[in-house]
Amino acid sequence: MQDFEAIARPGYAHRHLLGIEGLTPAEIETLLDLAADYAAQDAGAHQRSPLLSGHTVINLFFETSTRTRTSFELAAKRLSADVINMSVTWSSIKKGETLLDTAMTLNAMHPDVLIVRHPESGAVKLLSEKVNGAVINAGDGSHEHPTQALLDALTIRRRRGRLAGLTVAICGDILHSRVARSNIHLLTTMGARVRVIAPPTLMPGGIERLGVESFMDMREGLRDCDIVMMLRLQTERMQGSYVPSIREYFRFYGLDREKLAMAKPDALIMHPGPMNRGVEIDSSVADDIDRSLIQEQVEMGVAVRMACLHALVAGTRTPVRAEG
Amino acid sequence: MATRSEAGPTAYVNARLLDPKSGLDAPGALYADRGVIVDLGRRLFTEGVPEGVAIVDCGGACLAPGLVDMRVQLGEPGNEHKETIETASRAAAAGGVTSMVALPNTDPVVDDVAGIEFIARRAREEKLVKVYGYGAVTRGLEGRELVEMGLLSEYGALGFTDGLQAVANAQVMRRALSYSRSVGTVILQHPEEPALATGVMNAGELATRLGLAGSHTLSEVMMIERDLRLVEMTGGRYHVANVTCAEAVEVIRRAKARGLPVTCSTAPHYFTLNETAVGDYRTFAKVAPPLRGEADRAAVTAAVADGTIDAIASDHAPHDQDTKRQPFAMASPGIVGLESLLPLSLALVHAGRMTLLELLRRLTDGPAGILRGRADLEPGLPCDLVVFDPDRPATVDPDRFRSKSKNSPFENHMVQGVVLRTVVDGRTIYSEAGGGSAA
Repeated sequence: MQDFEAIARPGYAHRHLLGIEGLTPAEIETLLDLAADYAAQDAGAHQRSPLLSGHTVINLFFETSTRTRTSFELAAKRLSADVINMSVTWSSIKKGETLLDTAMTLNAMHPDVLIVRHPESGAVKLLSEKVNGAVINAGDGSHEHPTQALLDALTIRRRRGRLAGLTVAICGDILHSRVARSNIHLLTTMGARVRVIAPPTLMPGGIERLGVESFMDMREGLRDCDIVMMLRLQTERMQGSYVPSIREYFRFYGLDREKLAMAKPDALIMHPGPMNRGVEIDSSVADDIDRSLIQEQVEMGVAVRMACLHALVAGTRTPVRAEG
Repeated sequence: MATRSEAGPTAYVNARLLDPKSGLDAPGALYADRGVIVDLGRRLFTEGVPEGVAIVDCGGACLAPGLVDMRVQLGEPGNEHKETIETASRAAAAGGVTSMVALPNTDPVVDDVAGIEFIARRAREEKLVKVYGYGAVTRGLEGRELVEMGLLSEYGALGFTDGLQAVANAQVMRRALSYSRSVGTVILQHPEEPALATGVMNAGELATRLGLAGSHTLSEVMMIERDLRLVEMTGGRYHVANVTCAEAVEVIRRAKARGLPVTCSTAPHYFTLNETAVGDYRTFAKVAPPLRGEADRAAVTAAVADGTIDAIASDHAPHDQDTKRQPFAMASPGIVGLESLLPLSLALVHAGRMTLLELLRRLTDGPAGILRGRADLEPGLPCDLVVFDPDRPATVDPDRFRSKSKNSPFENHMVQGVVLRTVVDGRTIYSEAGGGSAA
């Protein structure tokens, strides 16, 4: 649904960050500009911003994660917040407590921000309805992973100067990927052309209605692309045999030099990590410092998460900066 | 069926009499004594009501046979925290339902004579609406061995179904349909091919956006098409519960035209809502089969209107907060429907899709016929009635439901139609004037 009030207002005017779908170009721009500011600050200078001093941030992860959790933790600490990490291995969910019981318990501790990852689509939204603080979706099922899409966009913008007009191919397990959905929403909102490439068994129905072109031939899909975004083949989600074998998958949907040659000569390669080398991406491509943005994505992750925390917590008190 | 004798001679006057079976739709009165309909008609009591006869003035409201709800879940035995036979009966009474048939998916499963007897005994104790039960098709709903269909039928099972599960094995289904002929009963199928229907909502754009696994309408159509082959081969009587999509309707329409012994039903949510009701992960609108797209909803509406769909059932499925306030994929499917069945169905009349008499046929004579029972106003039949105002505006308020569970997606839904009185065997068990409680 269009939030006309949000269009009229500058800055980021929502209480939570649950997804990219529904955000306006101006809101996305605000978050990216703010993140660009943080990215420009020298991480080696050993300085903290006092912005979130006295604020409590809880990392609530119902699904294992190393890089996203660490990235959020670092972002919060660089803004001087008190950070608590809770992961599913010791949370009460295992004792039969429902998600909402957990939410109420944590809410009683008055956190300013809850950063939540959950294996079920919609779970983060459900939780956000029961808490007083701001909620950031760190990935819910196959639904959305908004900070990943923002960091991908920031990475592209730094290299190419813009998003509008670029052709971006997203390849792999589109069906189960929250990264794909958030990126589709963000890139199409910002005026990029998006293609999705997957075997038919990993392509969700009605995907064209999200404003993308779909391909099952990877070479055709990569033709003249500016950016190639590879997705992790999420073997842990494979309940049936979506693909016959890993080697068959790599043969037809793994990114190697030969398939990459179909894209523009200066096309850049991205991957949200962690990579399965030899499954969806060839090492020689992943490690090509001229083409691969994979390390830069990780670096931008911290800046983007600082920007999101800033917009949600400080944005409610001081005006969010409109320019970067 | 046995009637209760405490109901003395009663005259229901000043009513609009509606009886789908005889086609009667006229102002008049109805006279009942000892729980049985004695006489009815336009000229009855025009000279006044004799002394010693209780008078119920219907005030011009509609008087029809009590509704028959052929698909409810009672929660008892096994899930009494969600619903009991008593609370479900009170909900039914408030909804104008005088007979309801319970699915066998209780704990323990109704797959033997004791289970059917338990339901009958508890219903007798509650003395509210008439409660019947289906037997399971297979022992423990495991899809393998047939239950004692003959014995269960003798003890009152009105049909056989594995409830929310399809009888997936074609050989088991073939034998069930075949054997049912010797008993003269009906097999009711849940139309979802389980290997294919692995999703949690309708497949398509919305499922893709929400990142939820979708179930295609194909899994419904395939199950029905397979079964129709078996019906053709065996001659067994077959009923499809919860028809939700255009193609399923079409397949059944063709089978009926070929003369196969096939009937089907749907529930109000399938012709009132489409898949967008689950947008934003609203688990209260999660049902199985799932709510479909708008074209399918429209096709179901048309099929109810033209009679391809023989009956409307509430598909009453009580769930507490714990099982509904969950991430969408983990939440239990189901909607409580006993108290919104009539007002939601009346929308089809108000929209000009069908006459009031035709709608009532889907709610009384239609389901009763499938189960080889009666639900009409013929003298000599039990006096099971509903008196309702079809036009009075109302708002659905689940908090006021008598049902123990409040899982309805129709909160604040605007409807027209209010049940004023429900009568079973001549006894008023619900009256709106009496503050909504049983008289």
